[in-house]
Amino acid sequence: MLYREAGQFRTTYQADQQLFPIRQDRIAVLLLLAFAFAVVPLFASEYLFRAILIPFLILALTAIGLNLLVGYCGQISLGTGAFMAVGAYAAYNFAIRVPSLNLLLVFVLAGLVATVVGVLFGTPSLRIKGFYLAVATLAAQFFIDWLFARVGWFTNYTPSGSVTAPQLNLFGWTIDSPTEKYWLVLAIVCLIALAAKNLTRSAIGRAWMATRDMDVAAEIIGIRPIYAKLSAFAVSSFFIGIGGALWAFVHLGSWEPLAFDINRSFNLLFMIIIGGLGSILGAFLGAAFITILPLFLNQLPAWLGINVSTATISHMEFMIFGALIVFFLIVEPLGLARLWTIGKEKLRLWPFPH
Amino acid sequence: MKMNLRVSAVAALGAAMIISGGAYAQANEQFVPVLVYRTGPYAPNGVPVANGFVDYLKLINARDGGINGVKLTWEECETGYATDRGIECYERLKGKGPTGATAFNPLSTGITYALTEKVGADKIPLFTTGYGRSESKDGSVFKWNFPFMGTYWVAADILVQHVTKKEGGADKMKGKKIALVYHDSPYGKEPIPVLQEHAKRLGFELLTLPVTHPGVEQKATWLQIRQQRPNYVFLWGWGVMNSTAMKEAIAVGYPRSQMFGVWWAGAEPDVLTADDAAKGYNAITLQHGAEKTTVHNEIIKHVHDKGQGTGEKKEIGQVLYNRGMISAMLVVEAVRSAQGKFGKKPLKGEEVRWGAENLKIDAARIKALGMEGMIQPIATSCADHEGAQKARIHSWDGDKWSFTSDWYQADEKVLGPMIAAASKKYAAEKNITPRDCSKE
Repeated sequence: MLYREAGQFRTTYQADQQLFPIRQDRIAVLLLLAFAFAVVPLFASEYLFRAILIPFLILALTAIGLNLLVGYCGQISLGTGAFMAVGAYAAYNFAIRVPSLNLLLVFVLAGLVATVVGVLFGTPSLRIKGFYLAVATLAAQFFIDWLFARVGWFTNYTPSGSVTAPQLNLFGWTIDSPTEKYWLVLAIVCLIALAAKNLTRSAIGRAWMATRDMDVAAEIIGIRPIYAKLSAFAVSSFFIGIGGALWAFVHLGSWEPLAFDINRSFNLLFMIIIGGLGSILGAFLGAAFITILPLFLNQLPAWLGINVSTATISHMEFMIFGALIVFFLIVEPLGLARLWTIGKEKLRLWPFPH
Repeated sequence: MKMNLRVSAVAALGAAMIISGGAYAQANEQFVPVLVYRTGPYAPNGVPVANGFVDYLKLINARDGGINGVKLTWEECETGYATDRGIECYERLKGKGPTGATAFNPLSTGITYALTEKVGADKIPLFTTGYGRSESKDGSVFKWNFPFMGTYWVAADILVQHVTKKEGGADKMKGKKIALVYHDSPYGKEPIPVLQEHAKRLGFELLTLPVTHPGVEQKATWLQIRQQRPNYVFLWGWGVMNSTAMKEAIAVGYPRSQMFGVWWAGAEPDVLTADDAAKGYNAITLQHGAEKTTVHNEIIKHVHDKGQGTGEKKEIGQVLYNRGMISAMLVVEAVRSAQGKFGKKPLKGEEVRWGAENLKIDAARIKALGMEGMIQPIATSCADHEGAQKARIHSWDGDKWSFTSDWYQADEKVLGPMIAAASKKYAAEKNITPRDCSKE
């Protein structure tokens, strides 16, 4: 009933190739956007904004970036945290050294710096693959961690090595309330998700997927691996860099290199594996799973009125969370996005399956 | 599919009901948020701090019936020493209780830095007893930060004073070598500027040797120490890093008597794993060490003997337990001081901030608190959010910590200009106009 497609005829190529070919999908997405932009700010509490929605959106954005590289192009990267750090520190340096710079421009420049660094560390992918590439990107993680902890210039010589983001100003609009921050992040995430979705549907995205599925065959049909792999690294690092800048400026406000350590890289990799490799929706689902579920588990006993010690709750959180990861990977190795696809296929036939 | 949808709808409805049911009615209560880390690599040290903190709050409720009749309530939140979880905890707890959170004790320098940016907007004071940002002593710029009873800069300054005295005077320090083995985080980096300043002034050489989080890999660091043979090693470690450092010091044969830890590296968990080998190891205490005074007996009598104790009984009186207890005492006293002005009712964070800024704990009050001999008088003001800058050294004799030095007073001639410069820089970066303290 929900997905009654009767009467929806696509008579042009354009109509057939559009982002959401089914009318119900288009309406649902528009409703979701309207809900996120207009309705959520009406009822959401500060806690929901600052501790859940903003981190979730920023990590989803970063996961999209990583998914382009790992899920679409098949290049495993463990340097995500490092590329986020490059974005964050680049944004910090642009913002304090050129205070007149527009905030959006700062984010874009931060993304571009991350792009350069990403391409640089992506060059080994031309020679090595799989786990070996993962190790090469791990080097980026350690090197960049070290760089920002040791070289004083990047942190403007603050004695403690902890830097604070300047006030967020956009065309004279001071962004300081949680709702304003949420709008800013949401708008950027929507733009980037749209860009990413379209990139994956274009020639460049198909080149990535061909390289992922079989690089030799891709080369034979005329896809230049250097172009496909490095462009994936570039686009992915650009998005991750912007994600890092947002994480530092909007979410943390003050940070040290530890905020972007190897755990962050693993975290993001788990997000896209759980959410679904090679899926934009998967990045959102995975980010929700990894960021929101632990907080939910942590607070559940209090909501249920069960009195458990803090340490026990924390241990339970880790155990249940770990068990759920294993469970989802066994039940659906292709990720949460795949579950959604299956559900949608069923809904299209329901209530009269063949 | 249909079944699943129905089940999840019911579950969502149930969850919503639970959430809305959680809000409780107005009461004569003061809510204290408790940020802890009872899990993770720093748990051995985090647990006694948390237990001491909560035990003291329990004592106030059980013995005095709250602060002047206002009952204390609290909720713990696990940060795991991670900054992003710390922010989540802050957001979770800041609005609880009838008047919101009283004051936050973040128990981590990283979280302190992050919360410094947020507490001003929420009007909640941030208490960092013996840690946090050193320049936040300057209350005219850092209106909401209270680094009570000394900071890392005070600790670094007094450690240098102590070794200078040991060497026999400032002229003897020339050409000496001091190695700082530090946790590679804002916490570990805090003392560096003060030590550099002293190195310049006294002419000793400073080696800075970072150890990456969590600090179980220190072989390279201690090899360097074996090669360089510094006269003293200052240890700015935390958690497993300390006991590892102790073992490595034994492995390279570095005398423990020439090692000085900061107070986070001067507690029982740090030396117990090394047992006799840690004998002779020293640490600076920002005021108290491992004493047992009247207040501990009261905690045993009113809390532990009634089966209400938070942790194990043997923890009572240990260094970190005492630290937690004194942190809680300062929250309670700040509320008490604020009640003197605003009345005996649940107070807002903003009112507690006034109380913290006008805190006077004199010798008589310390006696009444049952903490005689543990701490020195504390008096805060608009310009001085620290209240006292005194410390002494204690040493491990293989069995217990005992004091091996007199009280030192931090050198204001060195620290004063540094604090002024650092807070001025912060004010300029953040566009803060410093308050005029003469008018407060």
